[in-house]
Amino acid sequence: MSKKLLTEHFGVQGIDQLPVYKQHGGYSALEKAFKKTPDEIVQEVIASGLRGRGGAGFPTGKKWSFIDKKSGKPRYLVCNADESEPGTFKDRYLMEVNPHLLIEGMIISSFALGANLSFIYIRGELLYVYHILEKAIAEAYEAGYLGKNILGTGYDLELYCHTGGGAYICGEETALIESLEGKRGNPRIKPPFPAISGLYNNPTVVNNVESIATVVPIINMGGEEYAKIGIGNSKGTKLISACGHIKKPGIYEIELGLPVEEFIYSDSYCGGIRGGRKLKAVVAGGSSVPILPAELILKTEKGEPRLMSYESLAEGGFASGTMLGSGGFIVMDETTSIVKNLFNFTRFYHHESCGQCSPCREGTAWMEKILHRILHGHGTLKDVDLLWTLQKNIDGKTICPLGDAAAWPVASAIRHFRAEFEDFVEHPEKYQDVKHYFNQIEDKQLA
Amino acid sequence: MEDNKNIEFSADALALAKKLMGRYPEGKHKSAIIPILHLAQAEFGGWLSPKGMDYVATLMNIQPIEVYEVASFYSMFNLQPVGKCVIEVCRTGPCWLMGAEDIVNHIESKLNIKVGETTTDGMFTLKTVECLAACGGAPMMQVGQKYHEDLTFNKVDSILEDYKKNTTEPISHWAKDKIKA
Repeated sequence: MSKKLLTEHFGVQGIDQLPVYKQHGGYSALEKAFKKTPDEIVQEVIASGLRGRGGAGFPTGKKWSFIDKKSGKPRYLVCNADESEPGTFKDRYLMEVNPHLLIEGMIISSFALGANLSFIYIRGELLYVYHILEKAIAEAYEAGYLGKNILGTGYDLELYCHTGGGAYICGEETALIESLEGKRGNPRIKPPFPAISGLYNNPTVVNNVESIATVVPIINMGGEEYAKIGIGNSKGTKLISACGHIKKPGIYEIELGLPVEEFIYSDSYCGGIRGGRKLKAVVAGGSSVPILPAELILKTEKGEPRLMSYESLAEGGFASGTMLGSGGFIVMDETTSIVKNLFNFTRFYHHESCGQCSPCREGTAWMEKILHRILHGHGTLKDVDLLWTLQKNIDGKTICPLGDAAAWPVASAIRHFRAEFEDFVEHPEKYQDVKHYFNQIEDKQLA
Repeated sequence: MEDNKNIEFSADALALAKKLMGRYPEGKHKSAIIPILHLAQAEFGGWLSPKGMDYVATLMNIQPIEVYEVASFYSMFNLQPVGKCVIEVCRTGPCWLMGAEDIVNHIESKLNIKVGETTTDGMFTLKTVECLAACGGAPMMQVGQKYHEDLTFNKVDSILEDYKKNTTEPISHWAKDKIKA
């Protein structure tokens, strides 16, 4: 079993309450952090090699170092808790079970950035988690960890929870900022980057829940020690949300570098494919990353074992690789229709496109329509090529990465499963009544 | 056009709305619009009519258009009347892999409505929604703030029965008992 840095105390009864959290070492990292200067904390995070856990994998410490400290404008830290990437449910779990871990991380990170007002932007559907966080924040105020002159250091911080209204796009940091300003979630053109001009046009850092929570163990053990965990430029542990046709769906904290095969088949993790079926494909990092067929997810094109790390999953580029992304690990067995699954994903991106950029607004709609007609037996072989052209005309041509995120699943599905698309077009009847899930929803025994 | 029957916040909701607006820097209280729209939806019976949104605009001292454009962008805001109990079934990738489509079909035939419709007794509205970050418990659905996971047909039947029996007031995402400053 790998190290547990984030989930170590998740099984403890009442860990969501401050006294219990403290009994298990909670808020000791904060006391340690206050003995350092803000810049020293930034250096620790740089040394840790932590990369953003929301999906992009940008080094967190580096992102912090970009924040404009010279202009004298107020600085803000915003936690991105708008977890909406299909296949990803780790942040929800973390906040629900151990809200103080995030709050402690928020205080340390805000101190490092020199922010006196910080927000946790949580998706609106998670209002029950919002109330959990609000309660924990109130406890932290009560204990003097938030508010004026925290622990006598002279440092002031107001921390608030803020709820969204249901929009995947608000997970994109500039859309999130717009939304937090009380507007539609339309991403902004960059530059300027939020580190220079973000919330209310002031310097702002937006970090994922898991990234901020990870600052706590980094401060506790020291950045250099943290960097000893993991492999290559993939340092530390990562929460993986495992779902789909596996025996044990759930959240697993893994040490980066774990072989993918072990993750899928070991009883310590996913426990293998349900009902003894065969693995067909995996979407390894949330719905946006390229889908890979079984042979390419288990081994790279060179025949080396594929590892759960930023580099190994990306090995081979998009031709034969994918991305670690948000760690939303979606497993599909041999009964899954890649065409139907792609229709589902494409409908999602069409629904969630904010509508600002034509390639995304129109392109996602057309991809959905074309897949819809293939699904209903009216497709032609030309449609497969048309889909390919369409995705190419979206990829890289929009203000924010939602366009890319909509294009990549289409490109990779056709790249790796073109024969299935062609077969679907020619024999749609073959795919109509296939049950791609187990009959457990009919309350029968699992096969 | 129908209107929200009650267009005024309770004293508790008013106090909470004021508290929320105070969380943002001076002059930036518009930031609180989404949280306050959640409160409004809870206070106004599960949906927002133009008059209801105008009330929010007045309360926040902003233009009505600023409220409309936000309310119409975010999928959680219902701009048409809904049943007391809005069932939101996740239809995205991982839930679909685990049978979400058949869960939707099952609810449709059980309640004799299609997605987007409300039962004639005004009890249930059925919606499909995109990923709710509960893929490990797929298939799943949300009612108000409650997540119902690992659904089976039998489980859905008993959940619907429960709501039918026990729902007197509209159920909102921002739970009524959490509306206090």
